Amino acid sequence: MDTKIPPGPLSEKWTNHKNNLNLISPANKRKLDVIVVGTGLAGGSAASTLAELGYNVKSFCFQDSPRRAHSVAAQGGINAAKNYQGDGDSVYRLFYDTIKGGDYRSREANVYRLAEVSSNIIDQCVAQGVPFAREYGGLLDNRSFGGVQVSRTFYAKGQTGQQLLLGVYSAMNRQIARGQIQMFNRHEMMDVVLVNGKARGIISRNLVNGKIERHAAHAVIIASGGYGNLFYLSTYAMGSNASAAWKAHRRGAFLANPCFNQIHPTAIPVGGPNQSKLTLMSESLRNDGRIWVPKTIEDAKAIREGRKKPEDLREEDRDYYLERQYPAFGNLVPRDVASRAAKERCDAGFGVNITGQAVFLDFASAVQRFGSEQAHIKRLENTDDEIIKDLGKEMMKQKYGNLFQMYQKIVDQNPYETPMKIYPTTHYTMGGLWVDYNLMTTVPGLFAIGEANFSDHGANRLGASALMQGLADGYFILPYTIGDYLSAEIGAGKVTTASIEFEKAEMKVKDTIDTLITNKGVHPVDYFHKKLGTIMWKYCGINRYKKGLETAMEEIALLRKEFWENVIVPGTADEFNEELAKAGRLADFLELGELYAKDALSREESCGAHYREEHRTSEGEAMRDDENFGHVASWEYMGAPGEWKLHKEKLVYENIIVQQRSYK
Amino acid sequence: MKLTLKIWRQKNSKEKGTLTQYHLDNVNPDDSFLEMLDTLNYDLILKGESPIAFDHDCREGICGMCSLFINGQPHGPDRGIATCQLHMRRFNDGDTIYVEPFRAKAFPIIKDLVVDRSAFDRIQQAGGFVSVHTSGNTQDANTIPIKKSIAEAAFDSATCIGCGACVAACKNASAMLFTSAKISQLSLLPQGKIEAHSRVRNMVKQMDLEGFGNCTNTGACEIECPKEIKLKNIARMNNEYFEANI
Repeated sequence: MDTKIPPGPLSEKWTNHKNNLNLISPANKRKLDVIVVGTGLAGGSAASTLAELGYNVKSFCFQDSPRRAHSVAAQGGINAAKNYQGDGDSVYRLFYDTIKGGDYRSREANVYRLAEVSSNIIDQCVAQGVPFAREYGGLLDNRSFGGVQVSRTFYAKGQTGQQLLLGVYSAMNRQIARGQIQMFNRHEMMDVVLVNGKARGIISRNLVNGKIERHAAHAVIIASGGYGNLFYLSTYAMGSNASAAWKAHRRGAFLANPCFNQIHPTAIPVGGPNQSKLTLMSESLRNDGRIWVPKTIEDAKAIREGRKKPEDLREEDRDYYLERQYPAFGNLVPRDVASRAAKERCDAGFGVNITGQAVFLDFASAVQRFGSEQAHIKRLENTDDEIIKDLGKEMMKQKYGNLFQMYQKIVDQNPYETPMKIYPTTHYTMGGLWVDYNLMTTVPGLFAIGEANFSDHGANRLGASALMQGLADGYFILPYTIGDYLSAEIGAGKVTTASIEFEKAEMKVKDTIDTLITNKGVHPVDYFHKKLGTIMWKYCGINRYKKGLETAMEEIALLRKEFWENVIVPGTADEFNEELAKAGRLADFLELGELYAKDALSREESCGAHYREEHRTSEGEAMRDDENFGHVASWEYMGAPGEWKLHKEKLVYENIIVQQRSYK
Repeated sequence: MKLTLKIWRQKNSKEKGTLTQYHLDNVNPDDSFLEMLDTLNYDLILKGESPIAFDHDCREGICGMCSLFINGQPHGPDRGIATCQLHMRRFNDGDTIYVEPFRAKAFPIIKDLVVDRSAFDRIQQAGGFVSVHTSGNTQDANTIPIKKSIAEAAFDSATCIGCGACVAACKNASAMLFTSAKISQLSLLPQGKIEAHSRVRNMVKQMDLEGFGNCTNTGACEIECPKEIKLKNIARMNNEYFEANI
C-alpha cells in the first residue's frame, strides 16, 4: 500500500507537502470538472472550496436540499487545539488523544495534520457567521468532551452539527449562485465510471422522475458518510447509505477496517417493535450526568416491573459502575469503554427498562451542584432544598434544554425529575474507503473524505472529532491535494459521457433497477433490512467472537440470496419511488455486511470498538496484538461478494509510544 | 389504538389529488407518527397497493425534511417539534386524522405528501451567506468578541431547520419567518453586517419572485414553527429592508 506519506519530521510534513504539490493556474482550473457526492460537512465544504478555487463542481445529494445531510444531527461539538482555556492543550495533545482514543489503529501523519488544521476550522466557521457559544466576555466558550482531560470542544448549544452544516451550506449557496456549483438535489449516485483506470464520472438517478443520468468529470469525490444503517436501528438518518462508497469499492477502491464501528453509549433505548431509528443523547450529558444501575438484581427487577422508581433507591443501593471501574475518567471514559460497560451490566441482569437493555443517566447531583452554586451567587444562604433544586434545574435547562425536551417528547418522561434511560447504539463508522495521504482511494481520480474514508479515527473515534475531520478534509486538505492530481489532467480536455464505459455502466444500473422492480417477491425491503440489523447487532455489535462472526457471514449471504428472490418493490422505475431507492441501498448493505463480519473475524485481537471476546485482559479490557495486527486491513473486491483479498498497511508510530490504553 | 386516516394521495405534480381513507386497528401509542405511516406502508405493499410517499430523513427533528400537515396544523398538534417527533400517544383511540402536504404555490407537490421546497434554497442562494473565502487564513476566531446575548439571539434565529411549516401555516403562504430568520442571524453578527443591505434586498426580492405571499401579522408561523422562531425576526427584517432602501 503506497500511503504517500511525505518524508520529514511529523510537524513539518503537511507544510512541506503543500509546498511540493503542483499548482494549477486559474485559467486551467476553469477547464477542470469535479463531482462531489454528498453534501455533509465534508462534501459541502469540499464542493464550496473547490468551486471558489475555480473548478467546475457538480454536487449531489439524495435529500431535497444540501442542508439536510446528516451532519446536521451532530449535537455535542467540534474539537480544535486552540488552547483558549490555557489548560495545556496543543496540536500535539489533540493528535496524541486522537491516536490513543483510536487505540493505535489510525495513521500518524494524517491525524497530526488533522490536529494541525483544527484551529483554522474554528476561525473559518466564525468568519462565516456560525453562532458558537460564547462567554460573558464575548469570547468563545469551550467544554470538555469524551475521553480527554482538556476543554477543547467548541459548540452551539446541542446543535453544533446543524450550525456548522448551515455554514457549509451558505458557502455552497454562494457558489451555486455564481454558477460555480451545479447542485443536484434528490439525486442518488448509482455507479462510478472508470475510463482507462481513472474515475471519470458517475451514473446518477433522479429520485423525482427516475431518470438515469450520466455525469463526466476529471475527478470524483465520495463524501457520502458512513454505513451504520447496516444495523437497521442506529442514530443515522433513514436515508443514510453506503451505496456510493460500495459502488466505488466494487470498481476497485479498497475498503479499510470495515469492522471498526462506533457504538455510542448514550442513545434512547429501543421502545417497541416498529422502532425505525434511535435518537442520540449527546455525549456532553456525561459531563454532568452520572451513569448507574441498581446494585442488586432484585432492585433492578423491581424497577423493570415498575414496583420501584429510580428515585426510591438510596445512594448506597446504586452502582455507579463507570466511576467504580474507571476512577480516573469516571463517566467520561471513551465511547467504546462506556458502551461495553453498559452491555456488561445489562447482560448480567441489571438493566432498568422493560427489555432489560437500558441504564440510568442521572442528573440529580448536577442539579444539586448547580443549584448550590446559583444560591451562592444570589446570596441565598440557608435556603431550602426545593429552591436550590429549581435553581439547578434552570441551569440544566440552559445547558441541555433542547436535549431534555427531545428526550421527553420521545419517551414521555421528564428527565429533570427522573433519570434518563439510555443504551448504546450504532453511531459512526471509523472504517471506510482506504485513502492515501492525499485522500485518494486506490482508484486514480477517486477521492474519499469525511466519514466515508477510514484514516483518522482508528478503532474508536473520540467525541467531537467527526465534525473536525469532515471540515478539515473538505475545507483544508482535499482542495490542496486534489490539485496535485488534477494538474496532470489539464491536457485531458473535456471528459465526455459518450463513451463505451458510460454506456456499459448505465446499462448495468438499468438492469439492476429492472430486476428489482419486476421481481415477484413476497416481502417488502424493510423485512430484509430488519433481519440484517438483527444479525449485525447479535454477532457484529459490541462483542464479537469467532463462531458468531462465522454465523453472521453465512446468514448474511443467505439473506442476500433470499432478498434477490423474494423482495417486493412496488411501483415503477420512472416515478418518485422510495421503496426502489431503499431496495438498491439494502442490496449494497447485504454485501458490505458480509465483508464487515469477515474483517472482524480476521482481526484476531481486540482494539477500540472492535472487541473480540477471545482477546481480553484479565480485567476484561480490550487486548491489542500490535505485532500481528498493527495494520490497516484493506480489502480488495475480487468480482463477487464473498470474495475479497486482504492488503495490509503497516501502521508505524515514530512520534508516540504505543501503550495499553487505560482509563482507570 | 384504532384510527381512521384520511391521507392526500396524488400520483404526481400533474394529476389531481384526493383524500383517501385508511383504517388502522392496532396502532401502538408509543410509535412515532412516521412509524405509524411506515407500518401502514408495509401493509399497503403487501396488498399490492402503492405506498404513501412522504419526506423524512433524520427522524430526530433537526434535518427539516419531514413536512406533514396533520389535522390542519403543520407538524401536527404538538408545539416545538417536527412531525418525526410526534408520537401516537398524542391522539385518542377512534380519532380521525387528516394528513395533507404542506400547501403553497411556491411548494409544488411532487407526489402524495412530498413537496418541492427548492424555493427555500434559492432564497438562501440570493444572499444567505457571508462572502468569505474558505482558505482558513481568516483572523483568529477570538479577534472579534461578540456579546453573549447577541450571539445567543443569532443562534436562536439560526436554529431554523428550513422545513417550511411557517409557509404552510400562513394563510398567505408567506416565507417571511424563514427568510427573516436567516437575515437576522447574519445581520446580528458583526461578520454578517458588512453585506447586510444587499443581503436583505436580494433575499426579499427572491422570496417575492418565488411566489410566496406577504405577512399580515397573524402569527401562525411562530406558533407552528418546530424551532419556535420568533416573529421579532420579521420585524428585524422589515427594519433592515427599510434601512437598506433609504
